[in-house]
Amino acid sequence: MTIQDIKEILQATILWADEKMLGCEVHTACGSDMMSDVLAFVKDQAVLLTGLVNPQVIRTAEMMDIVCIVFVRGKNPDPAMIDLARERGIALLSCDYRMFTACGLLYENGLRGGCESR
Amino acid sequence: MSQTISFHYDVPGDDFTRAGEASSSVKKALKQVGLAPEIIRNVAIAMYEGEINMVIHAGGGQIDVEIGPDAVRMVLKDQGPGIKDISLAMQEGWSTAPDDVRSLGFGAGMGLPNMKKYTDEMDVESTVGVGTTVTMTVRTHPREEAGA
Repeated sequence: MTIQDIKEILQATILWADEKMLGCEVHTACGSDMMSDVLAFVKDQAVLLTGLVNPQVIRTAEMMDIVCIVFVRGKNPDPAMIDLARERGIALLSCDYRMFTACGLLYENGLRGGCESR
Repeated sequence: MSQTISFHYDVPGDDFTRAGEASSSVKKALKQVGLAPEIIRNVAIAMYEGEINMVIHAGGGQIDVEIGPDAVRMVLKDQGPGIKDISLAMQEGWSTAPDDVRSLGFGAGMGLPNMKKYTDEMDVESTVGVGTTVTMTVRTHPREEAGA
């Protein structure tokens, strides 16, 4: 699945991503509003779905090598956050779906959690 | 890499939006040095957790990082309230963070355990009313030359 596919599946708006990133292949994702949990439990996930909107979401993604953040529930980051993501090369999308539905749609289309045994 | 590269950061305690800037800077430096991605990520996560803790609990502090030939060593020092019971603070899920910190996505009680998980050595020294010093070491392995 590519970031472009995620945009289409979730009918999402691209807040920032360059053309090259839209074609970037991703295989795993995680969904959480707690960055503590993302830092503690996530490993090698490329996409983060979250309803939390503050600069630490971008920082957390940066530390974890996450390449795409999807804001759920129609949340939108401010321009400073978008600038931070641009500087770090992290794609930002926003969709109106709630967390459960957004994760479910992506899972249904082949994206996985990356830790299926738990 | 045979030389040691040192960095010093003063972490402001009054601006949550800036928390993580030091960790981000170190992550960039480690990429330039050419360490393996997993090592870089381990350092970045451990330092970022420490930096966030510093801002949430201690009103900021100082971080010194040494990137040496065999390891990355981080010393995070604050003059905050200190930790009463370090063994309790090391338990997953135990947190004294106020609700407003949880609403920012942190304070799940995973900070210190996570720092331990991502580092090879970690030492916490703390005195109530004086401050806390966390020393962490991540061993590095030189990246193999192409074709080697």
